[in-house]
Amino acid sequence: MTHHTDTPAAPSAAIPIVRIEGLSVALPEGADRPYAVDHTSIDMYAGRILCVVGESGSGKSMSANAMMGLLPEGVRAVKGRILLGDENLLAFSEEKMRDIRGRRIGMIFQEPMSALNPLMRVADQIAEVFEAHGLLTPAERQARAVELLTEVGLPDPKRAARAYPFQLSGGQRQRVVIAMALALEPEVLIADEPTTALDVTTQAQILALIRKLQVERGMAVMFITHDFGVVAEIADDVVVMQCGQIVEQGPARAVLDAPQHDYTQRLLAAIPRLTLAPRAMPDFAPLLEVRDIRRTYVSGGGLFRPVRRVDAVRDVSFTLGKGETLGIVGESGSGKSSLGRCLVRLQPADAGSVTMEGREILDLKGEDLRQLHRRVQMIFQDPFSSLNPRITVGRTIADGPIAFGMSRAEAMDRARALLERVGLNAAAATRYPHEFSGGQRQRIGIARALALEPEVIVADEAVSALDVSIQAQVLELLDEIKRDLGLSLIFITHDLRVAAQICDRVMVMQQGACIEIGPAHQIFSAPEQAYTRSLIEAIPGRARDLAGQAA
Amino acid sequence: MLDFLKRFAGNRGAVIGALLLVVTLLLAIFSPMLYPQSPWAIAQRPFLEPFTTEGYLMGTDTLGRNVASGLAHGAYISLLIGLISTLVSLAIGIPLGACAGYFGGWVDDILMRVTEFFQVIPTFAFAVVLVAILQPSLTSIITAIALVSWPPVARLLRGEVLALKSREFIEAAQLSGQSSTTIILRQIMPNTLSPVVVMSSMMIATAILTESALSFMGLGDPEIMSWGYMVGAGRTVIRQAWWISFFPGLAILLTVLAFNLIGEGLNDALNPRLRKRG
Repeated sequence: MTHHTDTPAAPSAAIPIVRIEGLSVALPEGADRPYAVDHTSIDMYAGRILCVVGESGSGKSMSANAMMGLLPEGVRAVKGRILLGDENLLAFSEEKMRDIRGRRIGMIFQEPMSALNPLMRVADQIAEVFEAHGLLTPAERQARAVELLTEVGLPDPKRAARAYPFQLSGGQRQRVVIAMALALEPEVLIADEPTTALDVTTQAQILALIRKLQVERGMAVMFITHDFGVVAEIADDVVVMQCGQIVEQGPARAVLDAPQHDYTQRLLAAIPRLTLAPRAMPDFAPLLEVRDIRRTYVSGGGLFRPVRRVDAVRDVSFTLGKGETLGIVGESGSGKSSLGRCLVRLQPADAGSVTMEGREILDLKGEDLRQLHRRVQMIFQDPFSSLNPRITVGRTIADGPIAFGMSRAEAMDRARALLERVGLNAAAATRYPHEFSGGQRQRIGIARALALEPEVIVADEAVSALDVSIQAQVLELLDEIKRDLGLSLIFITHDLRVAAQICDRVMVMQQGACIEIGPAHQIFSAPEQAYTRSLIEAIPGRARDLAGQAA
Repeated sequence: MLDFLKRFAGNRGAVIGALLLVVTLLLAIFSPMLYPQSPWAIAQRPFLEPFTTEGYLMGTDTLGRNVASGLAHGAYISLLIGLISTLVSLAIGIPLGACAGYFGGWVDDILMRVTEFFQVIPTFAFAVVLVAILQPSLTSIITAIALVSWPPVARLLRGEVLALKSREFIEAAQLSGQSSTTIILRQIMPNTLSPVVVMSSMMIATAILTESALSFMGLGDPEIMSWGYMVGAGRTVIRQAWWISFFPGLAILLTVLAFNLIGEGLNDALNPRLRKRG
């Protein structure tokens, strides 16, 4: 094994540990382009973290999969070489690749829950790595597993070793996956979006862990991400990919501070800014008054199990003004989605009151509830499951007005007008959802929410599933529509950058309770609560304030 | 649609199944023209061996009835019973399962207890009892088969609806003021179509088998010639005249196989992502 101790500034003098030369990966016929990765060359050096950045579909994961010999069926590496030391991995047999995987190249995946076997204890899964390579005795394997779990910073590693994956939190699971990847001390570590599924504070911890382990072991790390914040946080070198091609590469500082390629510049400019000028705060006339709303989930309660109560939302109160955008931010499990769903009455609230212009809406039933939905609408998170795959887009939008008695022809006219309003072609009305990209679908979701001309829209993580450049466009659209129509918007998000960009006021939630609420610039520049501060400090790339420099 | 046909045609088993089915269908449609005489009519001397006499390709049975004619007329009955009893059980199972899945709570409890009541009785024994009570006739056989085969449909639909119900597009439909009926019929049902289609083709196969078994036991409609009856009537002389029960048995086997192959093919073509297992 090579343990280079390069000075981070001079990689060119060292010999790369992995050398991808002119790699082309062909997609099966009928795909949107012939090559997933087109004539790509990347060098990886021991002791350095290389970030591969790009939007979804840019081919960033494919290059890593090619290196591991794990290309999906029908996808083949057709040109080029991947040299590990002086051996070409592309020429290796499956059996030889199996030996390389884990032993010389480790991999961390995006979703730790699906990367782990739910029915196997953590220690056994780590021991399996040794077993697969025929190393150590069973007892030694178990002992080594505990050592590794200690190394990746799991509290109480002995207990964690006996735990099943579902008993661990998302961050802890990702630590277990990292421990597995590092078990055989590989020289190269590939991390494919390892923090995308995690909360911002957990993400910061995992990034720090990867950095620490990489320095200790002098590994070469390929870190695949779509998030320039993460790049700023962790990268030594950066490769920017677009449509299978490298558009820019170089040391992190150079790429981030002085991007040369137009695409890199656009990506950087699309990142929402964190430093805010105080917004003018007009006096919003109150529209929605929320008082001590509470939502408790009760589960279990069988013969032998105690009843489990989780307070998802605990006595939250706030006022939403006419034309105001209120951001609700918090980590997963903070109750922000439950709150949003209670407000649109997709979920019952257990206590409290919500009044709209003086009228209680929490106990509306039947026809009254139906009428409420003309005024309060929702935009959903997942652009893929929020549209019915078997119904044309136009009809999906028109369904609401039709349900309220509009004639079919008139409703379809409105649907076409709305499609144009959200920046799509009116002809899109006759097409089905699968013909649209994620960003386009989210625009359709917005058009659907607007179809009933509501006064309040609750947007639940409406841009979280989108690429950063698409995200910026959709946010801009939302903001513009909101202004034009005088809508009030409740914007639920885990992404503080997004909240900073669009919200007039921000409410921070933790464990179901509202811990801080105030004007956006105040929350971000002078947070009062320690938790809010920790959330803001955990935002990757905050120190460099990427957005400020790119603009 | 074209894509679907292409995927279906790519499955060799499914194509063989479809061909077998076409042959059976043609046989059923043209049986009155091929064999205008009633299949019950005594046409030749009994125990005529197959492939010996022209016009009696499959020989004659114990009473001198033409086996080939019985086979052709039986095809019509088998397909008819398979199709109608499946349609009836879909008509019972789909609404029940959809309501149970969509409304949940006590509606689900009641409907599922009713379903389980039907499920705990062994299906064939239940069918025998029903036919015996109702008097053997075409209607009673179809009723019996439909009554014993709807519970799996209800359970399938309930599961599908439960899974779909939590999808965001259903919630969006609720928020856009659509009634429960509209949501079930327009938003949910079209999305449950493919598993239902697959299941129906398998159910037709089971229905044909059940009908044959009923007729074999002498519980068939005495007015109609069916494959099961022919096997049953020929079984006592199977050592002397194998062909009397062999040909209708083969017909049952091939038809049931055809529907199963088609079901598999439909499953692969409608759920292309599940196709490459292992």
